[in-house]
Amino acid sequence: MTVVVSSTEKRPVMPTARSLGQELPFFRRRNVREGIWIGSLTALVTFGSLLLLFPVYFMIVTSLKTQGASFLLPMKWFPGIQYVPQWENYGEALRFMKWQTAYTNTMVVAVLSMAGDVVSAVLVAYGFARFRAPGKNLLFGLVLSTLMVPQIVRLVPEYLGFSRLGMSNTFWPLILPAWFGSAYNIFLLRQFFTTIPIEMDQSAQIDGAGPMRVLWDVLLPQIRPALAVVLIGSFTYNWNDFFRPLIYINSPSLRTAALSLSSFQAVYGGTPFHLLMAASLVNIIPLVVLFFTLQRYFIQGIVVTGVKG
Amino acid sequence: MAAVTVPGSRRATGVGALARKEALWFYVLISPWIAGFILFSGGPTIASAYLSLTHNDPVNWPPTWVGLLNYDVMFRDRLFWKSLQVTTYYTVLSVPLSVGFATFLALVLNEKLPGMAAWRTIYYLPSIVTGVPVALMWNWIFQPQFGLVNGLLYDLGVPSSMLPKWLSDPQWAVPTFVIMSLWQFGGPMLIYLASIQGVPTQLYESAQLDGASKLRQIWHITLPSISPVIFFNGILAIISSFQVFTNAFVITQGGPNYATYFMVFMIYQNAFTYISNMGYADALAWVLFIIMLVFTAMAFRLQRHWVFYEAVVR
Repeated sequence: MTVVVSSTEKRPVMPTARSLGQELPFFRRRNVREGIWIGSLTALVTFGSLLLLFPVYFMIVTSLKTQGASFLLPMKWFPGIQYVPQWENYGEALRFMKWQTAYTNTMVVAVLSMAGDVVSAVLVAYGFARFRAPGKNLLFGLVLSTLMVPQIVRLVPEYLGFSRLGMSNTFWPLILPAWFGSAYNIFLLRQFFTTIPIEMDQSAQIDGAGPMRVLWDVLLPQIRPALAVVLIGSFTYNWNDFFRPLIYINSPSLRTAALSLSSFQAVYGGTPFHLLMAASLVNIIPLVVLFFTLQRYFIQGIVVTGVKG
Repeated sequence: MAAVTVPGSRRATGVGALARKEALWFYVLISPWIAGFILFSGGPTIASAYLSLTHNDPVNWPPTWVGLLNYDVMFRDRLFWKSLQVTTYYTVLSVPLSVGFATFLALVLNEKLPGMAAWRTIYYLPSIVTGVPVALMWNWIFQPQFGLVNGLLYDLGVPSSMLPKWLSDPQWAVPTFVIMSLWQFGGPMLIYLASIQGVPTQLYESAQLDGASKLRQIWHITLPSISPVIFFNGILAIISSFQVFTNAFVITQGGPNYATYFMVFMIYQNAFTYISNMGYADALAWVLFIIMLVFTAMAFRLQRHWVFYEAVVR
């Protein structure tokens, strides 16, 4: 997929790398070397992915065993051949963690937090990247220093604050902070904004675009990959977050999935590893789907502009 | 919305009014962060600075002022120095490895290989499986007697007396934590992948016309262009490595013999377990914060030697 984005409608569109390759015979002569390069990289990537998938495979085979068999040695690696796969583990695990409640709650929290993270971080990062103002460097230093404050330092005062406002045991403490710009996302997007030549803003301004127009029409299309990163990162973080729900949520009806996953440890005495692994695998499916959908924004050829670098 | 630097208005209103307008826009745009700073980060942080000068716990409320006593106790606390040493060791070992590893993988996965979407998803997969289940799984994999890693090493011919005891060995515990942390490279890798997309394609085209090899293109074009983002990930790696907690909490509880007694774990123990000395925990947290600030400041000092910015408005 090649998206050509130009900062204003008047600017001529430059050819992309791919269209050049089709036009110039020079690029075609390199095909053999290119083939060797791609072949060896594919071998490397395949080997690496086996290493990475090994623990996941381990989770899968464990999720299909009976509780007694999950610890038996030597390990049995092949469900269906070495042992009968216990597919009902998945149903049991989901029922045990009351998945309808858990995932409705997780969805509400993750989606609303993600929206807040993206909107607030874009605005604040844009301010830091493109506007001059007295005290800006000091404020940016403060942004960075808040990244460094261990979360545990802020926890007790913040908890007291939310309790005073009667917001403990609600979703507010989980969602509200996201709408005030996380330092991580601000820093990230600001770094991306600084890789875009300022001449692009200026030419849009000459055409009469105001600051919000420049942001929306010029800058945001160029940092789509970074926006995808913030979206994925924020959703994943909020989907998996264990610590904050643990502290703020008491009612079983408000539990998020991460909390419900931890409940496998408490009730049974010995942790039912097979059920825990089954539930953990189900838990990552939405994250895999989200990533798979958004990864197309990481494909080269998005930024081609008329500005000389 | 009015334009900020339209040349026509520059002549009409003068530079002073324009600068004021630009500053106004700046403060409007960052206002969510300012509110958040007061409510959720700066405010609570200052509150905890005050609490670090008190003796307090849920029972002894309100806090009693003790001055610098907590800090005095800390500097004579051998566990504090041990914890500091363990945490610094982990940081020094894991930051260069994780930054290098993630950059390398992003460069590889940026090449146009067949089945790209699938590869990227597989490589991102480990970083979305987090928390307690994964910690338990690692504990199992690195178990000295019947763990999978030692089983594999034994099958490869390593004699059983030579097999590392991994998390049970004080020498090996921190390196094992580093290995586990390398598995979570997906987030930084994603950021690199995104930033590589921003490198103007003309740069590569002219390099190709000059006959530059693939590796030279990466060294002279890709890496300098994404250096602000490498720097970003480096800073974040420093910050998060100082705050490692979940694995120490779930797997080792700081052991063996305090080999994984990381700072945040020590803070947690002092604040939320039977000791419950929150004033001391706040003092520890503040010292940790200051150490992290020093490390980050050093990184910022070094960045002017190798980080290249396209457009920074100062």
